[in-house]
Amino acid sequence: MPDTHAPDGDNLTRWLEELSQAVAISGHEQELARWVAERLGSWCDEVRQDPLGNVIGVRRARPWKDAPCPPRVMLAAHLDEVGLVVSRIERGGFLRVLPVGGVNPQVLMGLVVQVHTREGALPGVVGFLPPHLLSREEMGRFPRWDDLFVDTGLPEEQVRARVGVGDLVSVRPCSLRLLGGRLAGKALDNRAGVAVLLECMSRLARMGHAAEVYAVATVQEEVGLRGAVTGTFGVVPDVGVAVDVTFARQRGVGESEAPAELGRGPVVARGANMHPKVTQRLLEVARAHGVPHQVEVIPGRSGTDAWAMQVSRSGVATGLVSVPLRYMHSPVEVVDVEDVRQAGRLLAHFCAELDAEFARSLLDWGVGA
Amino acid sequence: MTQAQAAPQPQAQRPLQPQPQPSPPGQAPSERFSRLRECLELLCPLPGVSGFEGPVRERVAQLIRPFVDRWETDPLGNLLAWRYGPDGPQQPGPVVMLAAHMDEVGLVVSGFEGDGTLRVRPVGGLDPRVLVGKAVRVGASRLAGVIGVRPIHLQKPEERRRAPEPEALVVDIGAAGREQAEQAVQVGDPVVFEAPFLVLGERRVLAKALDDRVGCCVLVELLRERYPVTVVAAFTVQEELGLRGAQVAAFRADPHLGLVLEGTVGADVAGVEPHHEVTRLGAGPALSVLDQASIASPPLVAALVRVAGRRGIPFQWRRTGAGGNDAGAIHVSRAGVPTASVSVPCRYIHGPAAVCDLADVEAAVELVQGFLQEEAAPLLQRWRRHGSEGG
Amino acid sequence: MQGEAPARDSLAEAIRRLAELVGPSGREEAVREAIREQLSELADRVWSDPLGNLFARREASRQGGAGGRRVMVTAHMDEVGIMVTHIDEKGFLRFAPVGGLSPSLLVGQHVRFVGGVTGVVGREPEEEGKDLRHGQLFVDIGVNSAEEANRLVQVGDAACLWRPVQRLGQRLSGKAMDDRVGCVVVLEALRRLAESPHEVVAVFTVQEEVGTRGARPAAFQVAPELALAVDVTPAADTPKARPLPVALGKGVAIKVKDNSVISHPGVRRWMVEVAERHGIPHQLEVLDFGGTDAGAIHTTREGVPSGVLSIPTRYLHTPAETVDLEDVEAAVKLLVRLLQEPAPF
Repeated sequence: MPDTHAPDGDNLTRWLEELSQAVAISGHEQELARWVAERLGSWCDEVRQDPLGNVIGVRRARPWKDAPCPPRVMLAAHLDEVGLVVSRIERGGFLRVLPVGGVNPQVLMGLVVQVHTREGALPGVVGFLPPHLLSREEMGRFPRWDDLFVDTGLPEEQVRARVGVGDLVSVRPCSLRLLGGRLAGKALDNRAGVAVLLECMSRLARMGHAAEVYAVATVQEEVGLRGAVTGTFGVVPDVGVAVDVTFARQRGVGESEAPAELGRGPVVARGANMHPKVTQRLLEVARAHGVPHQVEVIPGRSGTDAWAMQVSRSGVATGLVSVPLRYMHSPVEVVDVEDVRQAGRLLAHFCAELDAEFARSLLDWGVGA
Repeated sequence: MTQAQAAPQPQAQRPLQPQPQPSPPGQAPSERFSRLRECLELLCPLPGVSGFEGPVRERVAQLIRPFVDRWETDPLGNLLAWRYGPDGPQQPGPVVMLAAHMDEVGLVVSGFEGDGTLRVRPVGGLDPRVLVGKAVRVGASRLAGVIGVRPIHLQKPEERRRAPEPEALVVDIGAAGREQAEQAVQVGDPVVFEAPFLVLGERRVLAKALDDRVGCCVLVELLRERYPVTVVAAFTVQEELGLRGAQVAAFRADPHLGLVLEGTVGADVAGVEPHHEVTRLGAGPALSVLDQASIASPPLVAALVRVAGRRGIPFQWRRTGAGGNDAGAIHVSRAGVPTASVSVPCRYIHGPAAVCDLADVEAAVELVQGFLQEEAAPLLQRWRRHGSEGG
Repeated sequence: MQGEAPARDSLAEAIRRLAELVGPSGREEAVREAIREQLSELADRVWSDPLGNLFARREASRQGGAGGRRVMVTAHMDEVGIMVTHIDEKGFLRFAPVGGLSPSLLVGQHVRFVGGVTGVVGREPEEEGKDLRHGQLFVDIGVNSAEEANRLVQVGDAACLWRPVQRLGQRLSGKAMDDRVGCVVVLEALRRLAESPHEVVAVFTVQEEVGTRGARPAAFQVAPELALAVDVTPAADTPKARPLPVALGKGVAIKVKDNSVISHPGVRRWMVEVAERHGIPHQLEVLDFGGTDAGAIHTTREGVPSGVLSIPTRYLHTPAETVDLEDVEAAVKLLVRLLQEPAPF
């Protein structure tokens, strides 16, 4: 089967929509973790979760299943999304909230949300004050966290009975199909990466590979790469590739700030956080298989799971493949489905061609014996 | 007129707790309550940016057709409908104009950027801050789009709290370039918020465009009955642009008095002191004494207060002089028309989703209904003898 | 006038004894020795590690079956303070802060060095329109020359704020409630704990205030299956405080999140459930800043499900940190109950 053809074109879009609509705020990813574990189960020999909640799917080398010590490659895409948490219930039943992860408070005014209580989700809206109560100066500024509140429309006593401090608040899921196979929705950072993982594993299931492949959906990335820290410790990979999103050019964000263009393929990162040979191999594989791709430069901290993976135990050779995304950390993030598909293809070929010799070469910096 | 002239003390001037509970929990909602909820669910999601009220007009016309004697549309797009008094069209008797506007604030496509995004301009008073990061629908085909935001990661500290310049906001429909965008969208296409219709708890509704679909629903409900006076229902256009629809509708209707049915600011929210609330959700419909566009007719307001007192209908004063509505145009139509407003409190008006209390909507219907049944005809008779300033 | 002192005298005395010890981050020896003395009869084995963390292990006293775990319970011994960086000709000491201490708060305070020398913090004249910086402050230890000073204090010596603990009705106010009160909670819980299905390893950690540096290697060594940290949290019930949930006197706070950790949802639910079942006053805590040892522990090795018991505290990182003894008692009770019960996850 020609592999430029998707296994099921609609599958990927549907996965992306389902993933975008699922709610998995950092530290509370269990429901989505189960969904991902189930999907990974169809292509993996074993799926487990570590104590922090990372989902780890293992696909053993084949047809060299019994080869001793096959090289290990870990693909990591984080599951979690930023969100809000109830910090106090005010008189009148209004909820004060604080961010979990780097929420952009600018998108909150008037946003329709869901409060996740013990007994299920309550709809609500992030309130704001009418202009006649605000000075010109206040109109020119976004509200501070301490002034924002969520209105569930319920009487105070009902709110107090149903909502508690610590309950999570998420954007009300709404994914939109835009023109030309583009999707808009919340949490595409990094559900796009999770979809890449699924796409990659579903392709790999029809390919031979000498490496043991660990598909890891990590938790708590948005609050400080915490899942990648424990996940990588547990997997002990030779090669680790983080799969995340990166800034795509958009109105107000030009080439100087955004490395990539939507629809032009996955983005391979170069820089100190990435092993040069892993980057090089990713680019070679892309060229060899006609995968459209772009390159971004990250001089220092990548802000992705790759940053944590690289310094796990005695060190891991890392790479970073990203899906271009507009409007990061807003409820209307936009990706191009084709970029996601091509990223999956790239990683499948990368994993399939990874062997013990390549893994050994990663330790060789040319300084002789 | 001063507030002291109105005899019964309205709800909102008493200590504010406890809230009145017109439909106690557990009790089955009235038929009217359910009808109003359904009507809001039909009307709120429709796009109706000022000047593009078509979908709302069509749906309202469908809803009122069984109950009105005659209806027509005018050159601006107002929908006017007559329900004559008991003596029929030949002897219409006193004429009361009830007005609710169909339009909502929104955006209109004003051009294309090279990257395929749409330039937009606001229609009506829109706080640009509420646009950031929201989903929208473009044009009659309801094409999906989004209004983006610079990633927080890239923003400089001084940028983080600064409200956006309206021209920095564009709509992204996913077009890969200008050409693709131009094929899908035309300059002038309206853009509205994409928002769900949700019932919060037992009584509250969360929806876009409650200002003024809630007034439209009150008016649709009122038309189900025949009154001792002739009622002209005016579903107006372009209120958000300066009461333009109401101005010509009032001229055409030529009423003896006018009542405007509005959604108004309810700021009874966290961090707002009671004297700044304007209105409070659940405390009944609000009566204005004045706003920036009109001073309400004192005898008309007094008559509404009498009805409320007699029938035990909760109401509150609208506690600000800010804002303006169709009454501003109606009361100066032709030789002048005594006019007042009955408003339903709505939180977060002019945002993607506002919240109102169905008990207030129901009470607004009852209040105006009572007025039409008992007060309108005698009031107009008195005025015919003594002039309207006599009360 | 304050109300009659309720009966929490022994708890108050235990807190006073630890809180009045000098133990800035990295110089926790006085606290460590005081705690070690108490531990000898409370644990099967007591030891310390290269950084100075103090460990006390108790074997499971009954077979817990599926619910028995290796549980790490921590409180940190260190407190915020200052460290001498320079001694000038006249014997004034310049210093750097150790942990989060605001400069304006130091002015006019007494400080006490490890070893007992006491001084007072002075400041250079105000510069108009400029915020006070640590570099404009100095410590006066009552000497006239560098020579005299050097006989008492050397560069690298550390000090903390000094003030005796005051009893305010059922509250205690003083320095280093953060986190000696946590140390007392852990000690008291070990004292009251009759039997447990868990292997309990209590760790009194060092260097929390400079970035939870003690807890990480401690957790690596213990490799726990469950961790419970005991620390303080800001009470936001004073005039014009930010809209945060925790109030003094409303019970032990169970942490949902801070900047260093999101409590494991299962552990958090279990903590709330146990508190409810035993009628222990409790409240939930959400913070958008700050961190505790749990932040370091929960990402150690393959991850450790972690929870935090917090003592509501007013005026954190001042010499008048104020706690309510009933909250402390609630924390002890909850910790004892948690350690007695099988862990259900």
